[in-house]
Amino acid sequence: MAPELGNFALILGLCMSLVLSTFPLIGSINNTPGWVALARPAAWGQFFFVAISFAVLVNAFLVDDFSVLYVAQNGNTQLPLIYKVSAVWGAHEGSLLLWALILSGWTIAVSLFSRTLPPEVVARVLAVMGMVSIGFLSFLLFTSNPFDRVFPVPLEGGDLNPLLQDFGLAVHPPMLYMGYVGLSVAFSFALAALIGGKLDAAWARWSRPWTLIAWVFLTIGITLGSWWAYYELGWGGWWFWDPVENASFMPWLAATALIHSLAVTEKRGAFKRWTVLLALLAFSLSLLGTFLVRSGVLTSVHSFAADPARGLFILVFLCIVIGGSLSVYAWRAPDVTSGGKFDLFCRETLLLANNLLLVVITAFILLGTLAPLIYDAMGWGKISVGFPWFTTMFVIFTPFLIIIMGMGPLARWKKQDPGDLARQLRGALLLSIAAGVLFALPILHEGNIWAGLAVMLAVWLLSSVVLSLRQRWRYRKGIAGILKDFGSRGSNSYYGMIIAHLGVAVFAIGVTFVTQFDVEQDIRMSPGQTVALAGHTFRFDGARAIEGPNYRADQGTIRVFNSAGEEVAVLNPEKRTYLVQTRPMTEAGINPGFMRDIYVSLGETLGSGDWSLRLYYKPVVRWIWFGGILIAIGGLLAASDRRYRMDTVRAAAPVARTAAKQFAAESRT
Amino acid sequence: MTRYLRYLVPLAIFVVLVAFLYRGLSLDPKRVPSPLVGKPMPQFSLPRLKDPAATLSDADLRGKVSILNIWATWCVSCRAEHEVLLLLAKSGKVDIYGLNYKDERVKAKQWLAQLGDPYVANAFDEDGRTGIDWGVYGAPETFIMDREGVIRHKHIGPLTVDALNNEILPLIAELQSTP
Repeated sequence: MAPELGNFALILGLCMSLVLSTFPLIGSINNTPGWVALARPAAWGQFFFVAISFAVLVNAFLVDDFSVLYVAQNGNTQLPLIYKVSAVWGAHEGSLLLWALILSGWTIAVSLFSRTLPPEVVARVLAVMGMVSIGFLSFLLFTSNPFDRVFPVPLEGGDLNPLLQDFGLAVHPPMLYMGYVGLSVAFSFALAALIGGKLDAAWARWSRPWTLIAWVFLTIGITLGSWWAYYELGWGGWWFWDPVENASFMPWLAATALIHSLAVTEKRGAFKRWTVLLALLAFSLSLLGTFLVRSGVLTSVHSFAADPARGLFILVFLCIVIGGSLSVYAWRAPDVTSGGKFDLFCRETLLLANNLLLVVITAFILLGTLAPLIYDAMGWGKISVGFPWFTTMFVIFTPFLIIIMGMGPLARWKKQDPGDLARQLRGALLLSIAAGVLFALPILHEGNIWAGLAVMLAVWLLSSVVLSLRQRWRYRKGIAGILKDFGSRGSNSYYGMIIAHLGVAVFAIGVTFVTQFDVEQDIRMSPGQTVALAGHTFRFDGARAIEGPNYRADQGTIRVFNSAGEEVAVLNPEKRTYLVQTRPMTEAGINPGFMRDIYVSLGETLGSGDWSLRLYYKPVVRWIWFGGILIAIGGLLAASDRRYRMDTVRAAAPVARTAAKQFAAESRT
Repeated sequence: MTRYLRYLVPLAIFVVLVAFLYRGLSLDPKRVPSPLVGKPMPQFSLPRLKDPAATLSDADLRGKVSILNIWATWCVSCRAEHEVLLLLAKSGKVDIYGLNYKDERVKAKQWLAQLGDPYVANAFDEDGRTGIDWGVYGAPETFIMDREGVIRHKHIGPLTVDALNNEILPLIAELQSTP
């Protein structure tokens, strides 16, 4: 009975999204306040029904209702409680329902935190989100219903994929979806502004916190995924350029460009058309990612069960949403005035340069991801694109990105004398080159050109941040001014930017150093045997059989000693066999550290107590995720800026007035 | 007019993209058989992975039912299918050869030492030329050849226990029963 209720709630949710996407939009165009006022209740209704439907599915997993096909495939009575819940989004249908729930949640959030926006703007934004919701809810109902029954009812479920029985992977999809779906808010704001013909600074200001929060979730989601791959896949890798990873990275890059471009549009009224296009692009790339993951057009480790009917459905949906929004763009953009004049060299152009770089990187990743498909479709033969393509591209573009990142925060808006900026940055340049040379040549370490480059770029970013802070210190007249300034308008977004940029420096160091300096060894070890690796001694103390809640495992014990002979760590890597899916899994033994990780994974048993082991020494690998966390914290801080929380109507008024003045000035020229 | 045209560029790019994606749906990499199926296997002669002095060539695969598995250490899915390959090797029903594709010799040897070696022998295809002759779309891929050296089946993506039981093993049994 309950599953039918869930199904029915889903249908009602779809009805609500139909109401949400039509009446308020029409009302906002022909000025019918009653229809406009329908937006909020419809959004709440949609959320209510989708939430009921989701709760029903969660409950089906909790009570092991194997009469529901999806639960029978992915649930199991022996699953620990937390994985019974996370099994809900462990496969295609349930993850799609989670997606729909998150989308209706974001819709509610917009309806709650937009009390001060003009009602017709809210109506349009919510209507666009309702349209996206129609797509996902009908996709669920018509091709991927999670409430389908199965008869005869199996006695036991097929179990959740053991790879997914892990805390990191339990929270990774919700975070990622929060990011993907959150970008729909920026998308809806952009589309609503295009429809209404009001692309002004106020629009940019409204979009900024939403975009930032979505971007923060995306950052956390990607970082979590990378961390999970590292400790769960058992061979110490943290990024594979798999199509599905690329599908999450492309919207992140576009959203990164977008948050910077929105800043320019808000502060200077410039780049409006570009910003709008980026907002459309960022969410479009999220949707494209969904298509790539769920249609089976590319082979990937993450692929859900491929079904051509589903693929076709999403493709049609993509055509409507992306094609439709780009058509609106082509139709309305020519009428958008470009505001705020600026010189050839100033903060605007630096931001634009990095925007272009980010978009170019995104394009290259898209090309690399789709290349096998394009080649095949054109009959040019078959190719495979792997690490070399993506790494080369990244090594070519990222240095420029970081060099400009260092200049941006110091440059003035509108007009910047290049000579003046050069004088400011002269010291930073010398310092970063010196630091780079120190690491590139065998002075501190074995010399390594890539490490030198990374250190140079990181020091460059760091010194730019320090210079910018010093500038602020002077401008605010010392510590008293700085303290008084905390929490004031614009201050959180400034410090957010500083922290996020530091995060990029930390990330760059982590990536480069772990790639260049990690040490690994595969070795056969007998109990009691020791081996030296990277200044440490590893002693294998044998392996024993253990039992988990729903798996059996061999657990090894490895003691690690430093050069002084002190015990640094006791590691217990496991090789698990899950009872239902009988898939072997490695659980690495990791001794984490700020400057290095020691990582051991258990290979095969070789008889008479011997095991093959893989030992790793990974310098600063944690900086990769530490950098990601810093970037996310920076984003969160920026999103909490006071000016986004102020009475938006009042705050927007002067901006709108200046925009109007600008508009008048430009139409004269 | 040109003023309006440039705003159509994003839409135009998207339309081209959709055309490819639509084509991609019917080109499902897991379903569409390779054009090589039914044709003699491409010739090759490459140094062996473990013993670079010796070569492995298509001649080694002829005269019996054989499997060629394309893999690399950089390929995550290859790791996923490795256990299945070990299972197949343990069954002793067929000789599995490997084509180590665009890989590093040291890493590949480590991989086999750690995870176990299901292969009779491996050809080391460092620059991927042989992979191109075989129409490799992306590792892992698995080809099944009959006694005459004709490719009878191509499996794209990681081998699964299901695929093994439902496709690979029945086909091998059938090929081995025909003289």
